[in-house]
Amino acid sequence: MAEITLQHLRKTYGKVVAIKDLSLDIKDGEFLVLLGPSGCGKTTTLRALAGLEMLDRGRVIIGGHDVTALPPGKRGIAMVFQSYAVFPHMRVYDNIVFGLRMRGVSPGEQRKRAEEGAELLQIASLFDRYPAQLSGGQRQRVAVARAIVMQPDVLLMDEPLSNLDALLRLHMRAELKRIHREVRSTTVYVTHDQVEALSLGDRIAVMLEGEIVQCDTPARIYNAPANRFVGSFIGSPPMNFLSGTLRTVDGRLTIERDGARIPLPPARKVTAAPADGTVLVGIRPEHIEVTAAPAPEALPGRVVVLEPIGAQQLLTVRVGDDIVKVSTPPEFQADAGQQIWLRFNPDRIRLMDAQTGAAILS
Amino acid sequence: MVVADAELPQVAPRGRVDWTPYLLVLPTLAFLGVFFVYPMAQAIWLSLTDQQSGALSLTNFRRMGGDLYFIPAIRYSILIMAIAVPLQVALGLVIALLVNSRFRGHSAFLYLTAIPIGISDLAAGLIWLSIFTERGYLNAFLDAAGLAAQPITFLTYEHTSWLIGAIVVTEVWRATAIVMLILLSGLQLIAKDYHDTASIFGAGRWQTLRHVTLPLLRPSLQTALIIRTILAFQLFATVVALAGRQIPVLAGEAYFWYSLYRSPNVASAYAALILVLSAAITFGYLRLLRQRELEMTA
Amino acid sequence: MTLRRLGIYSAVVVISAWVALPLVLITLAAFSPREILYAWPRRIWPERFTLDTMLFFVRSAGVLQSVVNSLIVAVLTIVLAFLISAPTGYALARYRFRGRDAVQLAILATKMFPATVLSIPLAVAFIRWGLYDRLIGVAIVHATLSIPFVTVIVSSVFVGISYELEEAAMTLGSSRLQAFLRVTIPMALPGLAAAAIFTFVLSWNEVFAATILTLNNRTLPALIINSVVAAGAPLHYRFAGGFFMVLPALIIILLIRRYLLTLWGVTVR
Ligand SMILES: Nc1ncnc2c1ncn2[C@@H]1O[C@H](COP(=O)(O)OP(=O)(O)O)[C@@H](O)[C@H]1O
Ligand SMILES: [Mg+2]
Repeated sequence: MAEITLQHLRKTYGKVVAIKDLSLDIKDGEFLVLLGPSGCGKTTTLRALAGLEMLDRGRVIIGGHDVTALPPGKRGIAMVFQSYAVFPHMRVYDNIVFGLRMRGVSPGEQRKRAEEGAELLQIASLFDRYPAQLSGGQRQRVAVARAIVMQPDVLLMDEPLSNLDALLRLHMRAELKRIHREVRSTTVYVTHDQVEALSLGDRIAVMLEGEIVQCDTPARIYNAPANRFVGSFIGSPPMNFLSGTLRTVDGRLTIERDGARIPLPPARKVTAAPADGTVLVGIRPEHIEVTAAPAPEALPGRVVVLEPIGAQQLLTVRVGDDIVKVSTPPEFQADAGQQIWLRFNPDRIRLMDAQTGAAILS
Repeated sequence: MVVADAELPQVAPRGRVDWTPYLLVLPTLAFLGVFFVYPMAQAIWLSLTDQQSGALSLTNFRRMGGDLYFIPAIRYSILIMAIAVPLQVALGLVIALLVNSRFRGHSAFLYLTAIPIGISDLAAGLIWLSIFTERGYLNAFLDAAGLAAQPITFLTYEHTSWLIGAIVVTEVWRATAIVMLILLSGLQLIAKDYHDTASIFGAGRWQTLRHVTLPLLRPSLQTALIIRTILAFQLFATVVALAGRQIPVLAGEAYFWYSLYRSPNVASAYAALILVLSAAITFGYLRLLRQRELEMTA
Repeated sequence: MTLRRLGIYSAVVVISAWVALPLVLITLAAFSPREILYAWPRRIWPERFTLDTMLFFVRSAGVLQSVVNSLIVAVLTIVLAFLISAPTGYALARYRFRGRDAVQLAILATKMFPATVLSIPLAVAFIRWGLYDRLIGVAIVHATLSIPFVTVIVSSVFVGISYELEEAAMTLGSSRLQAFLRVTIPMALPGLAAAAIFTFVLSWNEVFAATILTLNNRTLPALIINSVVAAGAPLHYRFAGGFFMVLPALIIILLIRRYLLTLWGVTVR
């Protein structure tokens, strides 16, 4: 059993606040992804969890034990570093059993576990090589094997895929998912790549400037971003944001903009009233429909450019002063400058406070 | 001044006030305090006290200044430095540029030309003695070439300029390697982009060298100049091996006053003089070069 | 293009000859029969090689003992220099701390004012401290002189070894010290060996301090210079001595060639 609780972590480097006041609960066996732009404090959080950073404040609790004061080796964790940190002067086998040796595990048991780990990662044939004789992908497998033979309660990974080329990255992503299903260690995984996060995580904690801004399932993070930042960080292209006015018309919440009126489904409620009725309307590109004829609930716009992106096309539209990105089917056609109308799916609309950027619609 | 080491890793151990680094540098600082700062202070103190009475006085400097060898020692030290250092810098620069051009076999060339850094001034003096001595290799070559029927005596007080020449040649042979290594490590810090940019703008090799490489290399050239100039005052065993005391130099006089005349105080006066000259020259170089810099940027 | 190549190669040949020829000649002199060194016309290539000259040198009074002394001093110097400067090199590589620049500057300054200035006052102090004419005294001065070199090599060695490796070892259950000993040290060994070798050369070659600080317990350079100055040693003794002193330099450059640039790669801003 190894659930993790982080309580009010704070870490500063001189004047730089790397983690502000971070609290998080991670369930046993969960795959949790820390996602955020570079410099937001993901690595620092992970290293604090590993015991490689001294915290200014806060407590780290793993499996019910307060490990805040324990050294890394006594926390029941194992870590895969971004650089892999495979020991260059040791053969692959010695790398893999390094931790077991430090623990005083018997040689027979070392061998057995190394073979199991190597099988899981398909590197048994590399045992006698030195890291210099391995490719980047193989080195990374060694790093993962070295971590999992420890049978850690908690497995930590800091951007493990960022040094691989695109194809290998896709492949290893699937591998990591498989491995997690087999070993079931509680896993904390750091990345700045939202696609990775969406595909791997049971839950994603999105970080910004040393704080967690939203921690939720990938679906919720994608569909119901807690604020403007999360919406614009996740998805490619990200969520569109346009200003609009929120009114109650005939007892229904209605968004008004450029003469269009978009009534919202009656089930949706505002959780906090916007100051002066002005709101940010958030809508994903795939939840916009393009029509050639005007309609009362459709926003008028002009086509800027249409780009094919494989299975879909990406349409860029100018609506007033805003730019809106729309996903369209491959057969859709439009010319630059052409007048069109955009119809937003009212079930999928997010409303954000224009000032704070926080979501205000249930 | 900075040691040209790599950027510090971001992963350096982190913490609040960590006393470990101070603990780690303590032995060095303590050792330098006892065996470096203290003797320097002691040198100045000794040079300012009378050997018999122990009272403060300028006797040592008077004895040093009144000595027959004193003026020649200063003259020759400066003269040898003034000829040898520019030659070392010029030749060192040529070798460094050659190595940096990465022709085939450049590493072997580098190692060969670096060999003299492992050779002491004494050994270098003895090596060149085998060449310049009366029945030495130079005369043998001249004889073989039919240029000298009788051996020529190069190393004699009758031809001080020849003696000085021999010393300069030996010094250039021995110490160019250090200059070369300083300049080469400087050259390797200069990003290749500058050269590419220069050649895109149509600069030829010589123009690139003059207007791009040399200005960028200035810090290393400065270092080489300062180190060589200061070390030139340490000149001792080479001179003794080739010329005995016929060409007196400052460090040599310190040695003779200490060993021959058993006067540590006058020897200390020489040491103090070398110290002051070294400091003055470093300071002077830095001032001069800084001034230039201001003019250039103004 | 080919003209440029021609230029480069002729310069390389001339400069190589300039560096190598004296080394070849002293080797010839050291293995030529004694007579031809004094004969005229002087042969460049002896008709036969002989060990007599070298043997004469090695058997001369005090030479063997002084070689032993030189070796002892060099080993003591290495031990002292590492005890004193290796921790500093490590600190400069692995820690950012206030005063780091000042420490670097202080260490660099020792490169600027070597043996001459130190030796004479130290001789006076050593007489008082009972270190005069003792090998440890010479080793102490040599260690002082080698501090800047050992520090920069050690620090460049550790800069080259990622600290993340030690951290990885710690997450795998090592203590800090174990991680350092099992991961960093094995990787640092070749670089540390280079520093040790350079220290050896520095000590083996040093003349001035060794001469000033000893009387009976001479190191080899001190013995040679003394026999040249005071006793007017014969030419073949001098040539053999010169060759004998150069010998380690040749081997050593090969061993430390990767660190040549680190040793002197210092820049004044
Ligand atoms: N050793 C350090 N010294 C000073 N600042 C640091 C150090 N490590 C990280 N930081 C700062 O802390 C913040 C968070 O860093 P980090 O956790 O590495 O971000 P991430 O991994 O999310 O990119 C950044 O602003 C970074 O510059
Ligand atoms: Mg990071």
